[in-house]
Amino acid sequence: MDITKLTVHEMQEKLKSKELTITDITKAYIENIKKYENDVQAFITPLTDEALSQAQNIQEKIEKKEIEGSLAGIPIGIKDNICTKGVKTTCASKMLENFVSPYNATVMEKINAENMINLGKLNMDEFAMGASTEYSYFQKTKNPWNLNTVPGGSSGGSAAAVAANMVPWALGSDTGGSIRQPASFCGVVGLKPTYGLVSRYGLVAFASSLDQIGPITKDVKDAAILLNVITGHDEKDTTSVNRKKVDYTNALTNNVKGLKIGIPKEYFGEGINSQVKEKLNEAMQTYKNLGATVEEFSLNIADYALATYYIIACAEASSNLGRFDGIRYGYRTKNFSSLKELYTNSRSEGFGAEVKRRIILGTYVLSSGYYDAYYKKAQQVRTLVKKEFDKAFEKYDLLLTPTSPTVAFEIGTKSNNPLEMYLADICTVSVNIAGLPAISVPCGVDSQNMPIGMQLIGNKFAEETILNAAYTYEQQVKFRENYEPSITK
Amino acid sequence: MKVSREEILHIAKLANLNLKEEEIDTYLIHLQDILNFANIVSNAPVENLDETIGVNDNFNVFRKDEVKVFEDNNALLENAPEKERNMFKIPKVIQ
Repeated sequence: MDITKLTVHEMQEKLKSKELTITDITKAYIENIKKYENDVQAFITPLTDEALSQAQNIQEKIEKKEIEGSLAGIPIGIKDNICTKGVKTTCASKMLENFVSPYNATVMEKINAENMINLGKLNMDEFAMGASTEYSYFQKTKNPWNLNTVPGGSSGGSAAAVAANMVPWALGSDTGGSIRQPASFCGVVGLKPTYGLVSRYGLVAFASSLDQIGPITKDVKDAAILLNVITGHDEKDTTSVNRKKVDYTNALTNNVKGLKIGIPKEYFGEGINSQVKEKLNEAMQTYKNLGATVEEFSLNIADYALATYYIIACAEASSNLGRFDGIRYGYRTKNFSSLKELYTNSRSEGFGAEVKRRIILGTYVLSSGYYDAYYKKAQQVRTLVKKEFDKAFEKYDLLLTPTSPTVAFEIGTKSNNPLEMYLADICTVSVNIAGLPAISVPCGVDSQNMPIGMQLIGNKFAEETILNAAYTYEQQVKFRENYEPSITK
Repeated sequence: MKVSREEILHIAKLANLNLKEEEIDTYLIHLQDILNFANIVSNAPVENLDETIGVNDNFNVFRKDEVKVFEDNNALLENAPEKERNMFKIPKVIQ
């Protein structure tokens, strides 16, 4: 048995029946990291030594019945913009190359409370700005399905590590598609929760009104299990919502009879690759066969949403990244003669090109003379996007679209053309603009054996609806049984 | 809208960034490209629509104003690029 090919819920069963121990699991993952990390380069800070001693410690405590809980000893990987006390949190930036967070993000407190084991901090685009993980200061992560292609981004390290079985699951963050698009590119499941469902405390802010932490997993049930762990109100994040905790695994009924699925036809236009369309059409047919109704309708906001996204996200980023000044933490230039020069040179030397580009764009749209034309307009479009989604959810339980217009592209093909890179987010950003939940599930591969993702968008706090729809579909197509990344074959 | 060289230098100054000569030209092209695309928002049917600042309606979230001591001062100072006697060190600002 290859332990690392198991989902977390499968491992839980084998732990229960004593076929496996905690240390077996951690050792197996460490073995895989040794085997694949040279090629995939998903980790910024691997914690394999710490993980092994932690596993032995947890194993002993379980045997002495000092701790219990079905997730004790289960390893996880963490995107490197989520603060981990005592361990570097770099945001894949020279700016934070040596930053050790003095506190844990709320999601880390929750992960630690379950006695899960952090296998390491995972690569990403610098400050989560990008769609390919090529904008990391440290390294370019490769897609385990084809090492010449990108894993997507910005949570590319998280998705690639899950796909290459180097971690059983991971946390990512999603501002405009950064969980869903890499999940789609790497043939795994990625869930972006409703804005406010998961605390952002300790997530290094990119665009505060859009950011949300979520799970990247091998299958839908694991996504539900990890979502159970990380949700909950947090007084440290004023945008976190006070709702009763639910067990999302209860929603997985394997039944979609009567479910009303809307297909926004604008998401299937010219820019969408024909093989992607073909697989999505097959998925729609699968839902019909399962007793759901599938109906096309018009949601004419995709282009507006993308432009609005880049205006709002960059505006918020330019403000959020103002804190990096070389004084209290982060990179400090050696070249300064005044305080002003210290600020300016530290920032100019510490930030990468894409981050600077977005700060400049954000500063521009917020500056006097352009505020009304761009930022104010974008916020009005945001209202329009929300209203259009509200209308859609009066008719439908969920919406089905591609996660990305294409499969994973080759490394280097878009990194010098920012606008083209931005267009890769066309299917995902409107979800963040409206604060909705959405999940990406693999729905097949193209002729080159590259995975294709399907996105299911739900109404606010309708995680249960999209999880069940994704689960029911997954039970039918059994993607993981039929396809595998070339690297793990 | 056309962005001028002077404008991008002004914006960089506002953002506390220095741009090298060769960076100015590339950023000009990229910014222009992105703004041309972003102009699509000016055609959006948004007459009489309010602005959305955040997606949730929970404005003015209050909590008790209590002092909570953060005990690990050392961990905070550990991240400082330069420090002296438990303080962050900056260049002289008063002549």
